[in-house]
Amino acid sequence: MTALVLLDHEEGQIRKAALSAVTAAAQLGDVHVLVAGDASIAQAAAAVPGVAKVLHAADARYAHELAEPLAALIVSLAGQYDHIVAAAGATGKNVLPRAAALLDVQPIPDVIRIVDAETFVRPIYAGNALATVKSSDAKKVLTVRNAAFDAAASTGGNAPIEAVDAVDAPAVSKFETVQLSDSERPDLETARVVVSGGRGMQSEEKFHTLDPLADALGAAIGASRAAVDSGFVPNEYQVGQTGKIVAPELYMAFGISGAIQHLAGMKDSRVIVAINKDPEAPIFQVADYGMEADLFEVVPQLVEELKK
Amino acid sequence: MSEPVRESMEFDVVIVGGGPAGLAAAIRLRQLSPDLSVCLIEKGSEIGAHIVSGAVIEPRALAELIPDWKERGAPLNTPVTSEDMLYLTETGSLRVPLLDKVMPHMANHGNYIVSLGEVCRWLATQAEELGVEIYPGFAGADVIIERNRVVGVVTGDMGVTKEGTPGPNYQPGMELRARYTLFAEGCRGSLTKQVMAHYDLRKDVDPQTYGLGIKEVWEIPAEKHRPGLVQHSFGWPLDDSTYGGAWLYHFGENLVSYGFVVGLDYANTWLSPFEEMQRIKLHPAFRQHLEGGRRISYGARALSEGGLQAIPRLTFPGGALIGDSAGFLNVPKIKGTHTAMKSGMLAAESVVEAMKTDRVEPGAFTEKVRRSWLWPELRSARNIRPAFAHFGAKGGAVYAAIDAMLLRGRAPWTLHFKHEDSDTLKPASLSEKPFYPKPDGKLTFDRLSSVFLSATNHEEDQPVHLRLRNPSLWKPVNWDVFRAPESRYCPAGVYEAADEATNPHLQINAQNCVHCKTCDIKDPAQNIDWTTPEGGGGPNYPAGM
Amino acid sequence: MKILVPVKRVVDYNIKPRVKADGSGVDTTGVKMSMNPFDEIAVEEAVRLREKGAASEVVVVSVGVQKAQDTLRTAMAMGADRAILVLSEESPEPLAVAKVLRKLVEKEEPGLVILGKQAIDDDMNATGQMLAGLLGWGQGTFASKVEIADGHARVSREIDGGTEEVSLTLPAIITADLRLNEPRYASLPNIMKAKKKPLETIEAAELGVDMKPRLSVVSVAEPSERKAGIKVGSVGELVEKLRNEAKVI
Repeated sequence: MTALVLLDHEEGQIRKAALSAVTAAAQLGDVHVLVAGDASIAQAAAAVPGVAKVLHAADARYAHELAEPLAALIVSLAGQYDHIVAAAGATGKNVLPRAAALLDVQPIPDVIRIVDAETFVRPIYAGNALATVKSSDAKKVLTVRNAAFDAAASTGGNAPIEAVDAVDAPAVSKFETVQLSDSERPDLETARVVVSGGRGMQSEEKFHTLDPLADALGAAIGASRAAVDSGFVPNEYQVGQTGKIVAPELYMAFGISGAIQHLAGMKDSRVIVAINKDPEAPIFQVADYGMEADLFEVVPQLVEELKK
Repeated sequence: MSEPVRESMEFDVVIVGGGPAGLAAAIRLRQLSPDLSVCLIEKGSEIGAHIVSGAVIEPRALAELIPDWKERGAPLNTPVTSEDMLYLTETGSLRVPLLDKVMPHMANHGNYIVSLGEVCRWLATQAEELGVEIYPGFAGADVIIERNRVVGVVTGDMGVTKEGTPGPNYQPGMELRARYTLFAEGCRGSLTKQVMAHYDLRKDVDPQTYGLGIKEVWEIPAEKHRPGLVQHSFGWPLDDSTYGGAWLYHFGENLVSYGFVVGLDYANTWLSPFEEMQRIKLHPAFRQHLEGGRRISYGARALSEGGLQAIPRLTFPGGALIGDSAGFLNVPKIKGTHTAMKSGMLAAESVVEAMKTDRVEPGAFTEKVRRSWLWPELRSARNIRPAFAHFGAKGGAVYAAIDAMLLRGRAPWTLHFKHEDSDTLKPASLSEKPFYPKPDGKLTFDRLSSVFLSATNHEEDQPVHLRLRNPSLWKPVNWDVFRAPESRYCPAGVYEAADEATNPHLQINAQNCVHCKTCDIKDPAQNIDWTTPEGGGGPNYPAGM
Repeated sequence: MKILVPVKRVVDYNIKPRVKADGSGVDTTGVKMSMNPFDEIAVEEAVRLREKGAASEVVVVSVGVQKAQDTLRTAMAMGADRAILVLSEESPEPLAVAKVLRKLVEKEEPGLVILGKQAIDDDMNATGQMLAGLLGWGQGTFASKVEIADGHARVSREIDGGTEEVSLTLPAIITADLRLNEPRYASLPNIMKAKKKPLETIEAAELGVDMKPRLSVVSVAEPSERKAGIKVGSVGELVEKLRNEAKVI
């Protein structure tokens, strides 16, 4: 069996999440990847170990990975593939369902585990439940969560690159502009690292203790509801049941006790670090790395240590 | 904020509150007079969202209201099959013998274990079929009184910011005007408070005394489930001067209702109803039922325990109080659903009569209550709860047995309540701290993980709905004398004493509020005013509650 | 121009869903249901476009059980003009819904279809894209801003790490993301008025659409709980672990 992976990219680089999709697809069989964009990206794709073939669509209409032409292209290539896979990011989720509709297939988004060629595990209800679903479609169209699969390496492979021609599709959309957020603080909900403070931050002023650490890690800043209710930070910082739900690769909780309402907003983070003076704080029950210490001593040391 | 322009709508009858009393009244009104326009508002996001009850219910009133309730699929599916009353000691328990003789009120033959929330949802569908207009998600914020007559209510404004200014989605509340308004808000209703004060309805009656009920629903392994089993307890862990006890009912599909009620006239400021409720589950008599199960829901609500002596004047120009807003709970039976429904039905009948002659006050209601089975039932029960207040738990139990076996409820005397529940706390220095074990995460839990299961939410950007009338009172009274009793009696973790060591102050987490009203009742300075938050806020109790 | 807004009745976002003990699904008996929050945003956007004069009518549609009419009434209380309920099993798959919607689009001929980007129960995030595919229309998914002018929709889309703007030829499909707007409350007077707005009910079978699901649910389970990890004694140790063991910095 062979799977086709849509390898999405940003600013001339293959997205890391797409490399996780390659790992996932490798569990299903041989992996071919589709690159819609510059030749340099196709070359980068060829170097990914585990990729057997790179399909390169160089036509300008694909440069911005617009769903309308790209879905049509995927449909034209789909005949020889059993699985069509992409990372569960904005591109994959935009393009793959459209392609699936044209193939008369019900897509399977956000896969976190591949049971067999037709059975997949995916979160539903915002991750409050995991559904194992079996597809009866002839082809399977899926997006996969990058947190669930390690990214494939970016060097060591040497796959052939095959050019694919453009196919006709309704020209109903046009790319205008793109604006990548260049602020030093990434968006809380999509940040790779989140540094978060609770009532232990003591005051609005002292909450800024976290700023240099967030700068050093390129992290977004979050807060528990206790910190918001105490007036340390505005409401939009709130992580939790009634705030934002985040699942970064690294979540660092400072002076957060870890009430269930807060845990509901961050428990799907890949790695959780908790720093708290209270050894009984419930946050330690979910933390991968806990440290019983005064956060006001720890944070400056962390900043120093990260510079090394 | 200047007075906004409000839309207004006229109805024959407006009912505030979608519990058993309000829904029974609505149904009765349309049964008697199908042309009446009847509007019912409910502050919960849907009917049943704010209903917490045990509940073992007597189907008497239901059968009078909807004789074919069985055929219509009323969710009364678990008849009581066995029952025990246990007197608990720390490690053991004694079964009260001859229960039906000693405590005939507790005899539950012919009764059903239900989720009262589900019953209310079903009643609402019956009411809607009859043409009642039901609007959940809208809180009654104010009573409209014109020329000394209640002429309706105003629903709460939506989209008001924390600072009290209109936000981008501001929607002014609406005037719901009515010839008659029925208040069915349950215990300690916020509009009922206004009406009682305006018409001095509590003149010459005993102060109302209250209880706080806290409930959990558990799902237990099928092999342990004994549908129809009813178990009540008193004694441990409460001391003899504190009224209260626990219940445990097996019902539905592998569900168990477990809960605890404590009289809010308790004296020990260190007492925490929530933690008492948690630790009773560790007693073998309760543990054996719950072990191996999982807790699926949590809720709390105050209830009126004053009985007959504390029932206020029921009517006023333009309307009436019904259900637990008036205080129709039968305490020794620990049942208020059938009495609430009956009071709603009688009020509906009185309103229809008053309407015919255009009388301002549906005064026949009081007379109808006295002539119905409601009155003798409450009258025969009237001395039991005060006996516990006078003689303590053991003495009260003995009195209850004598009352039942010898006096048969017809004692020639009436025991009275002397104090408001807010007056009964002893200072922290004179109270003994109970020992509460740490939650184990299996049978016992902390407050916040409990509130989580009540699915409570309030729009964040709105004024705090729990108001201190005089914020400067908190430190000298609540903190210095009583050491923040609100942080213990609140079952939802709304009140926290922050910075205890350095600069004690009160932190109000209004978002957690499950609308039980205990703070409005028990605050020693009567300084906390529970007002209605934006409609739709509060708990979202699922089926089972 | 007419705008069609499909809406879904889902378990209310305040409710923590509970997996049934037998693993067959999530227990929805007696659980509060309401309009999918992303669909509220879609309804709001459509109503705003009509209020601005960019549209003349907002038609809401739901594919689901009879009770979904409550959701449609809410949408009409928010300002939609009329509603269509397509009766089917609860929560049909996006592919089936997209096929139903295609039939309705052919009948109603809207200039724009606005949907929520995903339903918060099955989290599929697919119906809008699939409908666009079936119709051959342009799609502006995960929209945070929409402007209609000269037969085009200019849509700002939330993408990974930023925003992208696309221009779509109308008719087109838009799916709403969280930041598009803040939906208004359905006020009590408007809820009362919405009771009188027209609601048409049709059976999915009448549209000749195959509603048979393609995915079968093998089981539904609660995610495994996180376990406590280790305690570290120093900042140096913490950084070392994060670098070399967890490999997150």
